[in-house]
Amino acid sequence: MSAGPAGALIDLRRVAKTFRARSGEDVAALSDIALAIGPGEFLTIVGPSGCGKSTLLRIIAGLVPPTGGAVRIAGREVAGPRRDIGLVFQDAVLLPWRTVLKNVLVPAEVIGIDAGTARRRAGELLDLVGLAGFADKYPMELSGGMRQRVAIARALMHDPAILLMDEPFGALDAMTREAMNSELLHVWQASRKTVVLVTHSIDEAVFLADRVVVMSPRPGSVREVLAVKVDRPRTFRTRLDRAFLEVVGAVRGHFEALRAPGAA
Amino acid sequence: MSRRYAPALVMGAILLAAWETLPPLFGMSELLLPRASIVARALWNQLERGLILENLLVTLWEALSGFALGSAAAIVCAALITRSPLLERALLPYLVGLQALPKVALAPLLVVWLGFGIASKVSIATVIAFFPVLINSMIGFSTVETEKMELMRSLVASEWQIFRIVRFPNALPFIFAGLNVAIVFSITGALVGEFVGAKKGLGMLLLQFNFNMDIGGMFAVLIVLAGMGVALHGAVRVVHRRLIFWAEPDDLARRTP
Repeated sequence: MSAGPAGALIDLRRVAKTFRARSGEDVAALSDIALAIGPGEFLTIVGPSGCGKSTLLRIIAGLVPPTGGAVRIAGREVAGPRRDIGLVFQDAVLLPWRTVLKNVLVPAEVIGIDAGTARRRAGELLDLVGLAGFADKYPMELSGGMRQRVAIARALMHDPAILLMDEPFGALDAMTREAMNSELLHVWQASRKTVVLVTHSIDEAVFLADRVVVMSPRPGSVREVLAVKVDRPRTFRTRLDRAFLEVVGAVRGHFEALRAPGAA
Repeated sequence: MSRRYAPALVMGAILLAAWETLPPLFGMSELLLPRASIVARALWNQLERGLILENLLVTLWEALSGFALGSAAAIVCAALITRSPLLERALLPYLVGLQALPKVALAPLLVVWLGFGIASKVSIATVIAFFPVLINSMIGFSTVETEKMELMRSLVASEWQIFRIVRFPNALPFIFAGLNVAIVFSITGALVGEFVGAKKGLGMLLLQFNFNMDIGGMFAVLIVLAGMGVALHGAVRVVHRRLIFWAEPDDLARRTP
């Protein structure tokens, strides 16, 4: 493990979440999640649908309170939403009535960053995500991949230490998705954020990560944490690399075991 | 363009021709159903005398004032009710009850309270324009994508910021669905008010022609009323399209290269 709890930026201690189902029964969505995520680390969480990985992300963001355990960020317990986090969802969630630039400026507007500084930074971020000429376009004039880049620029607007991404490329076609993976690594290397990214693509999870967390469902729990010791910067050739394929194979093995009859 | 409007124009010509020629063939009295040309002459005469314009402006003013007041009140009420569960529980049963009441039934009462001037007509138009905007705005303010709310909450945005940046613009397509109905309703409201008792307005003029059995004059007023309805509704639609260009993804997708 690359970061012990001592040096962790995000520290999950025995996090559990129980929902009350409509029938009145308690359903355990997450149980006993323990993870320590180091500053600057790129962590991906992969698991079958229904394993509670999106819920886990929302708990880290402070949007959903855990029913057990605690999340600490930089040593302080998370009690609600906090501004040192940037969020990216599966859909870009842009405001269709605002231009690209004004969408990126939303966090600045809410937090109250002065207009000049905010505009300069928004321009830099649009450059970073490769949308320099698109500031005055409306979301509906962009492709799915471009919209997601706007969402990433927006998530970085207020310069948060942590970027939480919930299946950010799940709605994109395979080609665009691979291109976006490389671009995200480029953005991450330029901004040095701590990233937690949830996905159900094993390939994507391994390609991006320093460490991959494999989750098992009902209740969602950590099955294994795998270190990805593949050199950076990673390119399209990385996907042919032996070390890369080994980790992919290991993750896939866990999924096969989960699918096997009689598995928990 | 011509292809688009040609069928409607041809249909109009056919109807006019039928109106002009058929009633005499079936032996209908000119007094009860005057031919198109007689109605056209009556309309022209009334326009020349300035009677129609004078009364049109009164009705227009009543309808527009009622529309503006009713819509503004409805949007504010909807915003408050959807933000406060307590207010919603306290007010909603009464609003639903009022909604079920035919608003024009209030007209006689409002005329008694506010008199034969325009105040009573503006109030009726206000009440009648209020409900469609209220209901639609309430739906608009409360149907916001979960992720949009999560995004704002993650930034620790205030209620007012969430309203200004997300809720209000998000509700605009719904609000305009209400405004489209309200603009037509408000003309009805003004007119009914004038029927109950008025010194001026197209409704009053219509009743006057009715008493004099001037059917041509009545048709002239009806044509002007239809024109006014189409113009006001058209104006709302123009503003709608300008303001909410982003809610027509199909249209825009076709326009972009």
